[in-house]
Amino acid sequence: MGALTRRGLLTGAGAAAVGVAAGPWVLRSWAQGGPIKIGVVLPYTGVYAVLGESITQAMELVFARENWTVAGRKLEMIKEDDEMKPPVGIRKTEKLIDSDRVDILTGPVHSGILMGMRDKVHNSKTILIVSNAGADAISRGRCSKWIFRTSFSNWQPCQPMGGWVAKNVAKEVFQIAPNYQAGKDMMAAFRETFLPAGGKVIAEDYPKLGETDYAPYLTKIKQSGAKAVFAFFSGSDAVNFVKQYDQFGLKGAVKLTGAGFLTEPDVLPAQGKSALGVLTGHFYTPVLDNPVNKRFVKDFKARYGNKTPDGFAVQGYDTAEVIIRALKATNGNTQDKDKLVAAIARVEFDSPRGRFRFDPRTQNVIQPFIYVREVREVPEFGLTNVPIDKVADVRDPGTGCTLPA
Amino acid sequence: MPFIPDFFGQALNGLAYGVLLFLLSVGLTLIFGMLDVVNLAHGSFYMLGVYAGLTLIAATGSFWVALLLAPLAVGLVGALVERGLLRPLYRRPTLDQVLLTFGLIYLFEDLVKWIWGGRIRSIPPPALFAGSVTLGDATLPSYRLFVIAFGLVMALALWLLIEKTRLGAIIRAGVFDAEMAAGLGINTDRMFTGVFAFGAALGGLSGVIAGPIQSAYPSVGVTILIPALIVVVVGGLGSLKGSLVGSLIIGQAETFGKAWLPGVSMLMIYVVMALIVLLRPQGLFGRQLK
Repeated sequence: MGALTRRGLLTGAGAAAVGVAAGPWVLRSWAQGGPIKIGVVLPYTGVYAVLGESITQAMELVFARENWTVAGRKLEMIKEDDEMKPPVGIRKTEKLIDSDRVDILTGPVHSGILMGMRDKVHNSKTILIVSNAGADAISRGRCSKWIFRTSFSNWQPCQPMGGWVAKNVAKEVFQIAPNYQAGKDMMAAFRETFLPAGGKVIAEDYPKLGETDYAPYLTKIKQSGAKAVFAFFSGSDAVNFVKQYDQFGLKGAVKLTGAGFLTEPDVLPAQGKSALGVLTGHFYTPVLDNPVNKRFVKDFKARYGNKTPDGFAVQGYDTAEVIIRALKATNGNTQDKDKLVAAIARVEFDSPRGRFRFDPRTQNVIQPFIYVREVREVPEFGLTNVPIDKVADVRDPGTGCTLPA
Repeated sequence: MPFIPDFFGQALNGLAYGVLLFLLSVGLTLIFGMLDVVNLAHGSFYMLGVYAGLTLIAATGSFWVALLLAPLAVGLVGALVERGLLRPLYRRPTLDQVLLTFGLIYLFEDLVKWIWGGRIRSIPPPALFAGSVTLGDATLPSYRLFVIAFGLVMALALWLLIEKTRLGAIIRAGVFDAEMAAGLGINTDRMFTGVFAFGAALGGLSGVIAGPIQSAYPSVGVTILIPALIVVVVGGLGSLKGSLVGSLIIGQAETFGKAWLPGVSMLMIYVVMALIVLLRPQGLFGRQLK
């Protein structure tokens, strides 16, 4: 409207009159015309393809429920495989923004890709809804008006575990995580509540990402006299670590605790009984007893060959719910980006994980609960994470983020 | 915080890891030594071994049946690859063979994804070796003790086969001068297929053996290939003895690196390789470079 009016003034009063008259009609035709394009940057090949698949499946479940239509406009998903490689992810992001001109962008899984795409997203004023990558910085010094996150910050599943482990498990803990930023962030988040609760970190170790043999570290853990371990691993690292931990006979002697990814359903079947008894903190588990989750699990299983949804699927579900609800609130208008951002910020609904809302200070999700979960064998679900305790309203401290409140 | 280093326990860890490396690399070194083929698809044979093992365990419920049959299946795949794809390239430059086996990595990766899916898988250890044992101060999974024993027996058996049997003598003759051997009535074509299939079967065998320790996924072949290639370079291209000694050295270096110098442990394998190649460019037991 503003642009039309100004151009109208420049080209004379008559044209201005036409411009103003045409304005609303033009806007409406935009709003009801072409499809709303949702750009998706996720890994669809490689070890982490199962994460991309879960997120995508849950998004499609929600969009299908809405008949791929919102406020009279068609929804279109443009999926790009980032291969978990930052250069590829950034190239695909540029393609989605510059040539596809997507209305909303979502993804990625890899924090390196998120940090790499951040400036492009911010400078092009593209709305990004982060559906996995947990880099703390995106809720802190590198936050942006255009970036929301429905998944988690790395800090969120770990910080509540520190105090809980000190109180309920042991005060002498060995910390171990892969040697990269997320690993170190998670270990630091744990210490934030662990040390004040009287906990003592006996030692810490940072094996390389993609390690296959943890034997030297397991021997050190055994020797250290630690009463518990707090670990973060994911993917094949999580399988190797948990299995070898059990094979070294440590499970009975030193309690294994960690961030939720250690025993998520993408790795749990390969870990098998070695994972029994492992305690982890996470915002979701498919056995949660609330009506939204029960329906989600049922619908997801029905649509995807009896596959049980995991936390990644919930991230996809919530991302799609946020998109649908915000677009309904703007009546399908994607041109006024400020309004759309405001609508996204206001979205609130019952998610399978609990009441979903964004933290206005960081635009990161406030975790309704971080559940302390124990791996058990349950009749209906088989090997799964059973919640045994919870901490409510976990919001990232957002240190250094200067978003307007 | 430094611990009093558990030398014995870590040395055992290093031995188990080294023997596993030997099993991973021995097929690669044999194929190179006997056929002069750098088989980059060796990691894929490892991967096929794990997945074939998983299927056989699901079907029969027995780890031992899988350990016996999976390598045979992978050997058969190896024979088909040699007959159908590699044979026409013997007279072409080595680079063509390298490119072919490199391409096979992607072919097998997609094949595995197509048949078994992309999820991370792992073989449960056999019930007999599911627990752990304590030796002095050291605790070790009993399965790793089995791997140590199995690997050392394999090394001895392979050495006897190649150096002490008539079959080994025929193979060595064929490698030394294929035309002369053929003139003496040896079917070198069949022999080359046999050696390649045997190397592939050893790759498959290492997959089943490693399955209870390391997880498998469709791109695991590439992950496995790198340490296997390093062992072959360190030990000397094509040398069985070199493959064993190289594996054991790297196993100890990596293990003590992780235990005592965790910050630089990921470089340890490359440091060892650089040092050895600097001092002996042909590797520990490699043929003199011309």
